[in-house]
Amino acid sequence: MKDKIAEKFLMVVAFSAILTLALISFFIFQQGLPLIFKAGLHNIFSTHWAPTRGHFGILSMIVGSIMVTAGALIIGVSFGLACTIFLSEFSSGTIQKTLKPIIELLAGIPSVVYGFMGIVILVPFVRTHFGGPGFSVLTASIILGIMILPTIVSISYDSLRAVPKTYREGSFALGATKWQTVVMLLIPAARSGIIAGIILGMGRAIGETMAVIMIAGNALKIPHSILDSVRTLTSTIALELGYATGDHRAALFACGSFLFIIIVILNIIAIRFKGKE
Amino acid sequence: MAKISIRNLNLFYKNFQALKNINLDVTENEILGIIGPANSGKSSLLRAINRLIELDGATITGEILLDGKNIMELPINDLRRRIGLIFAIPIVLPGSIYKNLTYGPKLHKKLSRRELDDIVYRALNAANLWDEVKDRLKDSAATLSGGQQQRLCIARTLAMEPEVIMMDEPCSGLDPISTAKIEATMLELKKRYTFILVTNNTKQAARVADKTAFFLSGELIEIDRTEKLFTSPREKRTNDYISGRFG
Repeated sequence: MKDKIAEKFLMVVAFSAILTLALISFFIFQQGLPLIFKAGLHNIFSTHWAPTRGHFGILSMIVGSIMVTAGALIIGVSFGLACTIFLSEFSSGTIQKTLKPIIELLAGIPSVVYGFMGIVILVPFVRTHFGGPGFSVLTASIILGIMILPTIVSISYDSLRAVPKTYREGSFALGATKWQTVVMLLIPAARSGIIAGIILGMGRAIGETMAVIMIAGNALKIPHSILDSVRTLTSTIALELGYATGDHRAALFACGSFLFIIIVILNIIAIRFKGKE
Repeated sequence: MAKISIRNLNLFYKNFQALKNINLDVTENEILGIIGPANSGKSSLLRAINRLIELDGATITGEILLDGKNIMELPINDLRRRIGLIFAIPIVLPGSIYKNLTYGPKLHKKLSRRELDDIVYRALNAANLWDEVKDRLKDSAATLSGGQQQRLCIARTLAMEPEVIMMDEPCSGLDPISTAKIEATMLELKKRYTFILVTNNTKQAARVADKTAFFLSGELIEIDRTEKLFTSPREKRTNDYISGRFG
């Protein structure tokens, strides 16, 4: 009897999580889709954003979101993997025990603090050394890359550590160097965990709002170089939702719909990649 | 000259001495059987010879010579290529049978597809596994049975063209038929390679080894021709062990 109650209770809890997700997606599309159909895809996929006057072009924001996310992944994945490999394979136990918690601590820093550091340090640095306004794709990518480091490092570290010790010994016994073992054996063996880490990092990068608002410049145009300012989908929603009404408000939900679609597509690609042998 | 000579070898894990002043020669194209109860230092000796022991943080004094050269002076990857090690539990690497076999050779030089195919064929053939797996080289190696996995590991070691093959209780998890197949493989390969076979199964040593060494608590108690050691051992402790009175 007790078992039955517990089972039912857990089932309700599990389904309520799924229900929440279903409600969120339903709500976003229910608010956004009518406008997309009313304005037409031609209007939506333009760069002219004047939502109070009937122009709902969000193309530059889509491009902005994708560029910033891609940049963050390039930085986050390369540094994250290097860091993981060093921690897991080339460092002593004491170094691992000190460094890993420190890296994980990065995840606990509020994004507004990252944005603040970006404005104070990175924006002037990029402006003086690379040119442009400083508020740019590059700046946002670097900050986001640092923000997603802990996610990538901790998940891929765990999956590298989960590769049995015997694989390493077997590989060394065949005369492989440490580096060969890492590249040819451990990374392929831990691939699905590493990709899971990258997916989570990617989700965080594309969804991040506050830090991006503070350092990406929020200019409404398609950037021509990584030193140009951009505005992302999330920034637009956060910046404008406070005063938006009517079609303007619906247009912001349309932004949300596209964000949702992009995330789903990215996840599908990642899962495909993960499943392939 | 002996293929491998071990001179005054001591091995320590922190405060525990696992091997005590070992002196031992391994002759080329022979099978040296090493018997002894658990914790007598047999596996430590094998891991010392291909320097895998360094991963365990052990310290060593004394010398191990391969063809008269101190192994500490050889490049470690070269040493491990020349002296293969087969573990008690077969370690198949993730991926296909083919990949398992080409992993080692690819580490050491660039090889064309044809050369790789050739290596795979010869290694599997030598390990008596070709007929059983020739149609499923692309299958995951984990799908093989335990005995086949162990022969795959032998084939993988052979693909490296080693000079010495060390086996650490290679048949401990296998049924008698798989064991017989592996023993037959060893006897066949003896013409070209030198073997060191650590085994818990004294009968196995009696069946295949040319010489047998008896280890107890880190000491080499006795080493002799196998027939001699099993019929008239010099030491009482050897006699007790092989007649099953302890261990």
